[in-house]
Amino acid sequence: MSPGHSIEAERLSRRFGDFLAVDDVSFHVEKGEIFGYLGANGAGKSTTIRMLIGLLTPSSGRAMVAGHDVASDPEGVKAAIGYMSQKFSLYLDLPVEENLRFFGGAYGLWGKDLQRRAEEVLELTGLAEHRKAITGSLPGGIRQRLALGSAILHRPSIVFLDEPTAGVDPEARRSFWRLIRDLSRGGTTVFVTTHYLDEAEYCRRIGLMVDGRLVALDTPAELKRTWVPDRVLLVRGRNLATGAASLRGRPGVRAAEPFGAGLHLRVDPEAWTGAAVRTVLEASGGEGVSVEVVEPTLEDVFLAVVGRGDEAQAAREVAS
Amino acid sequence: MDAALEARRMEKRFGTVEALAGMSFSVRSGELYGLVGPDGAGKTTAIRALAGLIDLDAGDARVLGMDPRAGGAVREALGLLPQQYSLYRDLTVMENLKFYSRLYVLPRDVFRRRAERLLSITRLDRFTDRRADQLSGGMYKKLALAAALLHEPKVLLLDEPTNGVDPVSRRELWALLHEFVQGGMAVLISTPYMDEAERCDRVGLAYRGRLLLEGEPGALLTGFDEEAYEIAGGDRERVESVVESLPAVRSVSPAGSRLRVDLVAGGREGVAAALAPLGAELRPVAPSFEDLFLSRLQGEHAA
Repeated sequence: MSPGHSIEAERLSRRFGDFLAVDDVSFHVEKGEIFGYLGANGAGKSTTIRMLIGLLTPSSGRAMVAGHDVASDPEGVKAAIGYMSQKFSLYLDLPVEENLRFFGGAYGLWGKDLQRRAEEVLELTGLAEHRKAITGSLPGGIRQRLALGSAILHRPSIVFLDEPTAGVDPEARRSFWRLIRDLSRGGTTVFVTTHYLDEAEYCRRIGLMVDGRLVALDTPAELKRTWVPDRVLLVRGRNLATGAASLRGRPGVRAAEPFGAGLHLRVDPEAWTGAAVRTVLEASGGEGVSVEVVEPTLEDVFLAVVGRGDEAQAAREVAS
Repeated sequence: MDAALEARRMEKRFGTVEALAGMSFSVRSGELYGLVGPDGAGKTTAIRALAGLIDLDAGDARVLGMDPRAGGAVREALGLLPQQYSLYRDLTVMENLKFYSRLYVLPRDVFRRRAERLLSITRLDRFTDRRADQLSGGMYKKLALAAALLHEPKVLLLDEPTNGVDPVSRRELWALLHEFVQGGMAVLISTPYMDEAERCDRVGLAYRGRLLLEGEPGALLTGFDEEAYEIAGGDRERVESVVESLPAVRSVSPAGSRLRVDLVAGGREGVAAALAPLGAELRPVAPSFEDLFLSRLQGEHAA
């Protein structure tokens, strides 16, 4: 294992019956990096994580995590990592600090060491003012910080976060990501899955899974350059539906989707200018039409990679 | 035109918690109405009242002019996707849909046509034989949504339907909702996500049991007069750590390759000066929905 790497996965696969959930996946994660692992529901993200944290044995291939082989030394892996699952569990009838003490005890911390570490984690997660509060009485965003806090009590060098922000409001999400970045700056490696691509921008590198395979891996900026050569247009105005339908069939129009009262368009930059789009929409009854060229987002990348491309189509045909 | 859904000064208390404190709004047929707000704002309680699942302490909930607790016609007109729902875990995806189809007595060819379309849109078509307890969280959610849409109700209530749903499916679900709405369905959807609020015909911002703000997304943004800023240039990681420590900066978040910052009033010059040596600059941008809502909520916290 290279000394600069926290995680190395080599041709990792996992089969359930005749379903290949993870298919020949290779990558590495550098120390201290925030690594995003994205994909559609059922693409194999959680299965990959469960192999990397030593809960599930790979069908083939191997993975080293914090210097331990996940297949031959799953206990070594578990002691070296922290894990926060989609449905994290806390004792809702206990105060915040007792939850930390309980999980600290489960990780083998005790006495003064446990007390000192629990204090550090309360500070780090901004939960000191809530230490006496009954966990169940706190809003979801605060409980989520506590769940992360209890996953880092034993000072793991890597944390795995599986959709940690699902269903959390924007203010709470921002403060959660501030915490993740603090961890990363302190040298902890963060492996995170999310369906919210605005927050995926915080990742240094991103891997994209489609049907069990890792089909793209790069920095957000490079992914955009590689996967979205289209021009992305944000259209606002009224009565756009007819025009949108007519645009959809034309050469060079790759996507035209409703976005609130407006439209989100991806077009071939050789074939379409904003003015040309506007002309079409106005000719079909659009009013007050304005067209703005916007920077592609990771959501555009996701749609290009995971969307119903040829690959997904081929996979469906093989399956049927 | 009469409202398909109407909440009139709804009040509901659970012990010491005032979940609804006089919340009012209405949704027309052919309208997609978004109820947005932080945890504990009363979104779920409002939906439960409109679905006829709880009795209000005061005020009224009406569905197509009827009391939603009445059953019969109102039950048939109403579709509901609660946050906590249960499917039959030991049945497959297809068996679950068939079960709901029988519940609503759909003719077989109607069921087949709708099921095929919903399965394709939710990308569950490859997993029809998989048992519900073997689905990932997001897939399970999509199956529940497909089941709620199967009888094509006139009024649909969705409580945070897209939590845990991947971006492609999310877009497709929104496109599907728009289609149903164009066909005359009234949809009330609650969501903590601001980009989704922008996809609604009208939105209400809920806070502590009532609405702080209501209107068309475009109009609300036009009427918002605070400034929003982005930082362009410089090394993002470095810029971020500097900016976060400035007292004039309320919050920082990524916006594509740039950073979006929320500044306290009069903080602009100081921040611009701190950025200059980093080769980065502050630019005013059009405020987003998130800016608008966070600003209003912060105003409430302060009040």
